[in-house]
Amino acid sequence: MAGEMRGPGRPQPTLIERLGDERVRAVLFQVLVAGAVLALVWYLVHNTLANLARQEIATGFGFLDRPSNFAIGDTLVDYSAADSYGRAFLVGILNTLRVALIGIVLTTMLGTVIGIARLSPNWLVARLAAVYVDTVRNIPLLLQLFIWYSVITESFPHPRQAYQPLPGVFVSKRGLMFPVPEAHPGWTAALIALGIAVVAVIALAVWAKRRQDASGARFPVATTGAGLLLGLPLIAYLAFGAPTAFDVPALRGFNFRGGLTITPELTALLLGLVIYTAGFIAEIVRSGILAVSRGQSEAGLSLGLSRGLVLRLIVLPQALRIIIPPLTGQYLNLTKNSSLAVAIGYPDVVSVLNTTINQTGQAIEGVLMIMGVYLSISLSIAIFMNWYNAHVALVER
Amino acid sequence: MTDPTPTDTAPPPPAGTLGPLAWLRANLFSSWFNGLLTVLILWGLVELIPPLVHWLVIDSVWGPADPQTCRLADGACWAFIHEKYRLILFGTYPYDDQWRPLLAVMIIVALLAASCDPRTWCRLILPMWAIGIALVLVLMFGGVFGLAYVENTRWGGLPVTLLLSVVGLAAAFPVAILLALGRRSDLPVVKALSVVYIEMIRGVPLISLLFMSSVMLPLFLPTGVTIDKLLRAQIAMIMFASAYLAEVIRGGLQGLDNGQYEAADSLGLGYWQKVRLVILPQALAMVIPPIVNTFIAFFKDTSLVLIIGIFDLMTAAKAALTDMYWRGFYKEAYLFVAVFYFCFCFFMSKYSKWLEARTARGVRR
Repeated sequence: MAGEMRGPGRPQPTLIERLGDERVRAVLFQVLVAGAVLALVWYLVHNTLANLARQEIATGFGFLDRPSNFAIGDTLVDYSAADSYGRAFLVGILNTLRVALIGIVLTTMLGTVIGIARLSPNWLVARLAAVYVDTVRNIPLLLQLFIWYSVITESFPHPRQAYQPLPGVFVSKRGLMFPVPEAHPGWTAALIALGIAVVAVIALAVWAKRRQDASGARFPVATTGAGLLLGLPLIAYLAFGAPTAFDVPALRGFNFRGGLTITPELTALLLGLVIYTAGFIAEIVRSGILAVSRGQSEAGLSLGLSRGLVLRLIVLPQALRIIIPPLTGQYLNLTKNSSLAVAIGYPDVVSVLNTTINQTGQAIEGVLMIMGVYLSISLSIAIFMNWYNAHVALVER
Repeated sequence: MTDPTPTDTAPPPPAGTLGPLAWLRANLFSSWFNGLLTVLILWGLVELIPPLVHWLVIDSVWGPADPQTCRLADGACWAFIHEKYRLILFGTYPYDDQWRPLLAVMIIVALLAASCDPRTWCRLILPMWAIGIALVLVLMFGGVFGLAYVENTRWGGLPVTLLLSVVGLAAAFPVAILLALGRRSDLPVVKALSVVYIEMIRGVPLISLLFMSSVMLPLFLPTGVTIDKLLRAQIAMIMFASAYLAEVIRGGLQGLDNGQYEAADSLGLGYWQKVRLVILPQALAMVIPPIVNTFIAFFKDTSLVLIIGIFDLMTAAKAALTDMYWRGFYKEAYLFVAVFYFCFCFFMSKYSKWLEARTARGVRR
C-alpha cells in the first residue's frame, strides 16, 4: 500500500513510518530470527571444529571402512569382528527393524484383544483388562525391560534343566531354542508356492469385489483363499519329496547347539515393548469402538446381520478411521522405544553406534547416524500409515 | 385417603432381575462363552493369588536380616529393601544430611499437590513454583545457612527423578508456547524453523538426544567452558519436552474458535497483546488434561537418563543390585521402584481423567 500511495506530493516515508507497516515489520522480524538462528548454528559449528581440531579428531565418515574389532551376538547377516564399522551399522539397523516389525505385529494383536476385552459384557474380563492397562501404562518401559530381562536371565533354569514345553523346544536362561527344518528344495518350493498363493488370493479378492459391485453376486473368498494358502504350499512340499529332517537343538556342554535361538535380550525387549505398547493400543481400540454410535450396530442387527458380521462390516470400518491416526503414533513410539535395547544389551542400531562412538570417538557422526536412521524409519511409517488412512477414510461424494 | 401410593400398585420386578444371583448371571454368565471365560479366569486367580500373597507377605523376610536368611526363605527379601532403601531413594548423598533430599522431595510433592487445585492456576502457581524450586535447590546444594555444600554429582535417587521431570517441564513450557505459536504463524521463516525443530525432536528417540547432550554438547561449547553432567541431561530433557508440549499446545490453539482471533484483531490489539490476553488463557485451559498426560509420559521417560549414567531412582535401584553380598534380589528392588513410579503416574492419570470430566462439564453448560 505504501508504494501505491506515494505520489509526487508526498515525501518519502521515514524509517519510523516504514516500521509502522505490518508487512515491513514481518520481514524485519523474520530476518532477525533467521539471523539469530544462523549465528547460533555458526557459533556452535565454529566451537565444535575448534574443539575437534584441538583434540585431533578427524571428522567425516571415513571410519566406516575401518575394521570394527567388536563382536555382535545376534546378527541377521554374516558379520564378524573383522568386518567394517559400516557392516556393523547395517547389522544394527537390521536388528532394529526386526524388533520393530515383530513388535508392531504382536502388539497390534495383543492390544486389540485387550481393548475389546475392556468392553466385554463379562465383568471379570473387563476388570482384568482395565488392571492390565493401568499397570503397564504407569510403569516406565525401561523398568519393565529390566524386569523381563532379569526374570529370563536370573530366574529361568540353566540349559541343563531347560523347560521343554513342546518336544524339541527348550526354554532356559540362554533364551528360547526351537527346531528348524533342515535346508531342502521341498521347503524352498513350499515357500515359493506360499508367495504365489498370497498373490493369487489378493487378485481373487480384488476380482470378487469388482464382480460383487457390478452384479451383486458374492464369491466365497475366505474359504477359497484359505484353501489356496494351505493347499498350494502343501502340494509343492509333497511334490518336492516331503522332507522330514529337522535341525533339533541339543545340549552340548553348557549350552544348546543347532536349531534356532531367540536370545534372552531379544525376548526381553520384545516382551517389554509388546506388553507396554499394547496397553496404549488397547485404549485406542476401546475409544475407537465406543466412538461408533450405538445406533449403527442396532441398525445392523435389525437388518438381520449376526453380531460378528455387525462388528466386521459396520463397526470396525467406522472405528478404524478413528483408530488409525493414534495407532500410527504408537507404532512410531514402539520403533523409537526399541532404542532402549542398549540398556539390556540387544545389539540394535543405537547400541552398535554407541560402541562405535566409544571406540572411535566419532561422537558427532554417530549421533547424526542414529538420528538419521530413526528419522527415516519414522518418516516411512508415517507415509505408509497416511496412505492406509487415506484408503480407509470416509470417501465424500 | 383411598389413593393408593404408586408403590402399592407397581408390580414387583420379574423374578431373577435383582439381587446378587441376577448380577452374576448378567455380568459373568451371560452366555456359554462368558461362563467359560469366567471359570477360566477364576481358576487362574486361584492358582496365582495365594502363591503371590505367600511370596509377598507370609513367607517373606521383614526387617533387618542377613542375605543368608533371605536365601533360605521362600518369600520376598524385604530385608534387602530395609538395608538399601536409603541408597535407592537418595543415592550417594551424604548419609547424615539425607533429611535434606527428603525435605526436597516433600516440597516438590507438596507443590505438585497444590498445583492440582484449579484455584491456584490463576496467580499463585508461578511464584509458588519459583520459590519452591529455589528452596529445593538451596536444600540440595547447601553451602548457605550452615548447610554443608553437596556437589550435584552426589545427588541421586528420587529427588533427581523429580527434579529432572518438574524442572524439565517448567523450563520447556515457555519454549513450547513459542514453538506452538511459531508453527501457527503466518511468517514462513518462523513457521519453517518451528516445524523443523518439532518434527526433528519428535522423530528421534529420547536416547539419541541424551547421547547428543552427553557426547556432543561439550564439543559445542567454547574451549575451556565445561558443563556438568546433570545439567546436560536436563537440557536434553527440556529439548525433548518442549517439542511434545508444543504439539499439545498447538492443539489448543487450533481448537480455539476463529471468532476469538477476529474479536481480538477487531479490538485493535497487537499480536502479543492478542496472544497474552485472549488466545493463550483459553487455549491453555483447554489443553491442561493432555499436558498432564504429557507430564506422566515425561516422568516415566526420565528413567532413561540411566543410560548416560545419571543417578536417578532407576539407576539407584540398579546400583543397589550390584552389591555382591546382596546379589539376586532384583524382584524386590524393581518392585520397590515400580511402586514409586506407579503411585505417581496412576494418581496423575486419574487426576487428568477428573480434569477432563470437569472441562467437559463446563463446555456442556
